[in-house]
Order: sequence, then C-alpha cells, then structure tokens
Amino acid sequence: MNYFPDEVVEHVFDFITSHKDRNSVSLVCKSWYKIERYSRQRVFIGNCYSITPQRLIARFPGLKSLTLKGKPHFADFNLVPHDWGGFVDPWIKALAKSRIGLEELRLKRMVVSDDSLELLSKSFPNFKSLVLVSCEGFTTDGVAAIAANCRFLRELDLQENEVEDHRGHWLSCFPESCTSLVSLNFACLKGEINLASLERLVARSPNLKSLRLNRMVPLDTLQKLLMRAPQLVDLGIGSYVDDPSSEVFSKLKTVIQLCNSIRSLSGFLEVAPCCMSAIYPICENLTFLNLSYAPGLQGNDLTKLVQHCRKLQRLWILDCIGDKGLGVVASTCKELQELRVFPSDPFDAGNAAVTEEGLVLISSGCPKLNSLLYFCHQMTNAALITVAKNCTNFIRFRLCILDPVKADPVTNQPLDEGFGAIVRSNKSLKRLSLSGLLTDQVFLYIGMYAKKLEMLSIAFAGDSNKGMLYVLNGCKKLRKLEIRDCPFGDVALLEDMGKYETMRSLWMSSCEVTLGACKILAKKMPSLNLEIINESEQLEFSLDDRLLVDKMYLYRTLVGHRKDKPEYVLLL
Amino acid sequence: MVFEKDLNLYATELRLGLPGSSEESIRISNKRALPDMNDDSGVAAAKKCDQETAPPTKAQVVGWPPIRSYRKNSLQTKKTEAETGGMYVKVSMDGAPYLRKIDLKVYKGYPELFKAMEDMFKFKVGKYSEREGYNGSEFVPTYEDKDGDWMLVGDVPWEMFINACKRLRIVRGSEARGLGCVV
Repeated sequence: MNYFPDEVVEHVFDFITSHKDRNSVSLVCKSWYKIERYSRQRVFIGNCYSITPQRLIARFPGLKSLTLKGKPHFADFNLVPHDWGGFVDPWIKALAKSRIGLEELRLKRMVVSDDSLELLSKSFPNFKSLVLVSCEGFTTDGVAAIAANCRFLRELDLQENEVEDHRGHWLSCFPESCTSLVSLNFACLKGEINLASLERLVARSPNLKSLRLNRMVPLDTLQKLLMRAPQLVDLGIGSYVDDPSSEVFSKLKTVIQLCNSIRSLSGFLEVAPCCMSAIYPICENLTFLNLSYAPGLQGNDLTKLVQHCRKLQRLWILDCIGDKGLGVVASTCKELQELRVFPSDPFDAGNAAVTEEGLVLISSGCPKLNSLLYFCHQMTNAALITVAKNCTNFIRFRLCILDPVKADPVTNQPLDEGFGAIVRSNKSLKRLSLSGLLTDQVFLYIGMYAKKLEMLSIAFAGDSNKGMLYVLNGCKKLRKLEIRDCPFGDVALLEDMGKYETMRSLWMSSCEVTLGACKILAKKMPSLNLEIINESEQLEFSLDDRLLVDKMYLYRTLVGHRKDKPEYVLLL
Repeated sequence: MVFEKDLNLYATELRLGLPGSSEESIRISNKRALPDMNDDSGVAAAKKCDQETAPPTKAQVVGWPPIRSYRKNSLQTKKTEAETGGMYVKVSMDGAPYLRKIDLKVYKGYPELFKAMEDMFKFKVGKYSEREGYNGSEFVPTYEDKDGDWMLVGDVPWEMFINACKRLRIVRGSEARGLGCVV
C-alpha cells in the first residue's frame, strides 16, 4: 500500500544505491517497480547476453551509467577462442539511437572497436567516464576519438587492455578546452606519446586526482608532471630509470615530497632499483601499492620499500619478494586487507619464490586480511589450517599452486583438509579458487560450510560426480561456477537443473559431460542458453550423443539465443 | 530429478582422444595428469605426486597457470627485453665518417667497453686515473648524460654509468685537453 506520493517514494529510493537493493525494491509492487525504473541511473549487467540493449533502454529511460561484462572469466586464460562474442557495438548503437543521456560506460572482457568508440564519443554530449578492463579490438585511434569529442570527459581508464598502438597523437587530441579530467590511466598502451602534450594536459587539469603513465614516459617527464599535479591521489609511474646523482633526479626527490596526497602507487614498468629511495617519503601514507608489473625490482628492493609502508591496506606484488619479504610485510603492514602475490616466472618452477611459509607469516601478522590471491609453488594442509585459525575474515580466497595437482609435499596427502579448514572458519567467504591435489572430500566441506559462497573456480580436482553435487546442493548463494579438467559429468550436470536459473553462469571444460546431457538440459530449461564451443575441425554435432563436450558455457538469459555467435559455437 | 544412472555411459563413451588411450584405468587419471606425466593406474596414483617422474620440460597446459594473458605477455616481453633487448647507444668518433651503435648491457665493466670501442674504431684508450683522466692517448672517451652534459667515461660506478649514458663520443686531440687529458 502506497500512502506517499510518487515523488516522496522516489526521494526515498535515492538513498538506495546498491544494485541488489534496487533490484529488490523493484519487485515489491507495480507502483514501486514503476517509480524505481524511472529513477534508476546506474545499471550493472554481469552477462551482456542475458538481456538486449533495447529492453534495457525501454525499462530504464533515465539511464546514465552502464556496466557490462562480456566473455566468461576463463577467457582471461585463453580458454575461450577469439571472436566468441562480447561485442559492445550493438549496445552503443542502440543507446546512440535512443534518448538515453549516457554519462558513464564500464566494460569488462568485451570486444570494442574504434568505430564503437567513435560513435560513443559523438553520441552523448554529457559523456564523462569510460573504463575498459581486459577489453580488446580497438586501437589508439579509438582512444583519440574519445579524447577529441568528449568535451566534459572526467575519466579515461584503460586497464590491462590489448590495444593496437598506432603511435598516433591520441593524447594531443584532447582539446585545449578540456580541463575536466579527474582520472587518466593509459599504462597499458605500448607506444610513445607526445610528452609535451601530456605536460600541457596535466597543467590544465586542476581536478586531476589519478594519473597512470605508460612505459614511454621517462623520469624527467614524471618530475615535471608531479610539479604540475602535486594534488594527485593515485600515481602510476611509467619509466623510473635515472642516474641518482643527476640534477633531474634531485628535482624529482624534492617534488615528490610535495605530493603528500598520494595514497595509491603503481607501475614502475621500467625501473632502476637505485632510484627507489626517492619514493620512501610518500610510502608512509600509501594505502595501495601495486608492484606486480615491476619485475626490475628484486626481493631486497621490495622489502626495503615495504618497510616504509605502515599504512598499507592493499598490496599487489611479485613472488620475488620471497617468504622472507612476506615476513617483513607481515610485521610492517598491520592494516593489510588485500594481498596479491603474482608469479614472476609462471613457467619455471626453478626458484621456489614463495611457499606456504610466506602465507602463514602474513596470516599471523595481518589480522585484517580479507582478500587473497596467492601464486606459490607448494602448500601444505598444516599451513592452510594455521591460516584458517589466524584469519576468519576472508571474503576472497584464491590459491594457485603452480603445479596443478600437487599434493602436500610434507605428507603427500591431498589438500582437502587445508581448504576445508579455510571454508569452515571463514563464514563470509564469497569467492574461492582451489588448486593442488584435491578429492571429492574438499567439495563435501565446501558444500557444508561455504554458505555465502558466490563464485567458485575449480581445476584438476575431484574424483567423481559427487564432488560437483556437493557444491550444487550445499552452496545456496552460488552465482558463478567454473570448472576445468575435472571428472564431473552428466549425473552432476542434470541433477538439479533448476539451480542454474539461480546462477549467472556455469562453465565446464575438459570434463565428462556428453552432448546428450547438454541436449537434455537445453530442452528442459528454455531460460538458459547452453553453448558448446568446439574448436577442432570436428564432426557434425548431430553425430553422437555420447560425444564428450570439450567446452560448455551455460547462462541464464531473458532473451533466448544470441544472434552473433561464431561458427564454432553450437547453441542447443 | 530422474536420470538413468545405470546407462553405464562410460563403457560406450566416445572420446576426442587418440585411439588406445586407456579406458580401464580410473577415469580421473587421464584427465588430471599433465599431458606428459606418467599415468599409473589406481587411485594411489592420484595421491603420489612423484616429482621424479615429471618430465624435464613440462608441457604447458593451456590456460595454466591462471594468469591474465595481458599480464603474461607483459612479463614475457620484459623477460625477453632483459635478455635480448639491450641498451643501445650511439658511438661517434671525431673524424669518422659514420657513427656506430653498441649495446651497453653486453659489457660487464669499463675494460670490456673500451676493448669493444677500440676494436670498432681502431684506436687506443689511454690509462685512466681519477686525477688526470686518460693518459697516453689523444683519444678520450666521453658520454652525454641525461642532463645533457658531456662527461668523462669512467668516473662513476658502471651501473650508474649505463643508466645515465645516452650516447658516447670519442673525443680527439686538442678538444680532449679540456677533459683533463694529458697527451
């Protein structure tokens, strides 16, 4: 019953900002649905194939900010072939034709073309913010269009995209009248840029808070930029190489001391360790430090630096820091919440850079730890059990042992007990990635204890269908399940088909699912799209239901089969 | 959900694999082993992770380790650059008709660098002393640093030098005197 006029309800809804809450609110009654949809400005679409742009536009005419995700997560690891999909073009075209006053677009794992970027830049006069993460398909020409045409651009954030660099003058395309930039991140671009243009751009951007440079920006330019922008909060350094006795370097040391707003530091894409001491004065205030793209820094350099970072909350680092270095982190960074340790040499198991010891040290020194991504060479149950005792606040726990089926090296046992301890003591766990030698037992534990789990990634684990069934039956909040190289098959897949309607997606590759089972599932559940990706020059699909399916991607959708699938995808 | 559990699909399944790949062993093992690891049948195999039977060159499993391609490519380029990229600088000698380029990374110190330059331009560098610069030759090695100044080669530690050096110039004769050279 609605006793308030619509405007009042709408005003109340203004305070409801999370997507989940707004979605819930819209389900209460017709009246609230209507009010909510007219007042909604931000929409998040986790799978671009779950809905069409036309329906989005029809429902939310006031849309200002759109977030879209395209390819499934395992596409990051080359498991999804090229041209599979995730094209943003139809979205931009549809939005451009409509009356939507788009201001913000955030894309992840999508294919973006220069034409799309140009259309985007010309269609929305109030466009303010473009964030592209792990996208591909565009060149610096597209970036130039954004720079040239978006008169009120505040944010241009390119993260880890594969961009063809035409060494054009995209940066010079920002008109002199553009003074609104707040955030500029072009660290992933490989080519040279016009340094003088960059200096002028920074000089006329008084609101600039975040600046991440690429490798082609040398230290002397960095010094000049910092002079112009001492108000920066987030800095990504490109090239950091110089002679410490040079005049330029001493100027840099002076100017860095003025930059006391910097809380986030990243980059060092090219680095001379002897220059790192200039950074120490700003380390005191850092809350985020990302050195995961700085292989030029050795363990000692990293340790020395980290010792100054007492307020650090998030640390992304390479494993050359070593267990000892992690010990230094543990004793220095008491506020640490998130740690990511990446392998500096993914294919060479030679130097055991970090092991279970480093993780144990971190867990005992950093009580606030809630998010972990840890690549290591080995792990023991004992260590995981200790970590589980020390840390009970994990929201994200991702462990990657580089040898995919490695047992506990001390006991030769699978790591079931270790991971079991983790899920038992971390009741808020939302995301989990497993590795190492694992049997069905670990899945029993996950199903029993990981009640809040939303995303689970499994590789080379389990013994039988039971493993997958434990998870499907026990994890009520599961939204994304991705599995590769596990002995899970038809029985597990078909046990509870309705479950998949409560999830965003299921990925299974190199498992034991047959074509026949896929057909059954697809037929029973029209609200799901079941895609079979078959890259080998294989036989016609109608051949044999007993055929094992190489890659299967299942997702819920409101709009049926997609029209843009490549030839090697079979939609059942 | 009713599904025929006793169809025994495994007995009749078709695999996209080589003919003769084992059917009789525990079905997991085939999938779980890395492509060229030894596959002992039996559940025990799963429990024994025997490092000694792992092949010397590990076949790379597609998509493993799970690192974003962008990150992997970055590290690869940096590695290859570190290994093969080098630090090329131009070297000129007064009077020579054209310049050369050398890779500073290749040398471990000044003596090697001088030897290479001497071979390249057919001259001899004099003897270095801190007080007097180069003694005994009309050729003096100099370099332009990042500030744009021309400096005498040899004063600073090697690491510092290679980071600072933008180009090299072998100065000759009367000009050399200004750099503390005793001819």
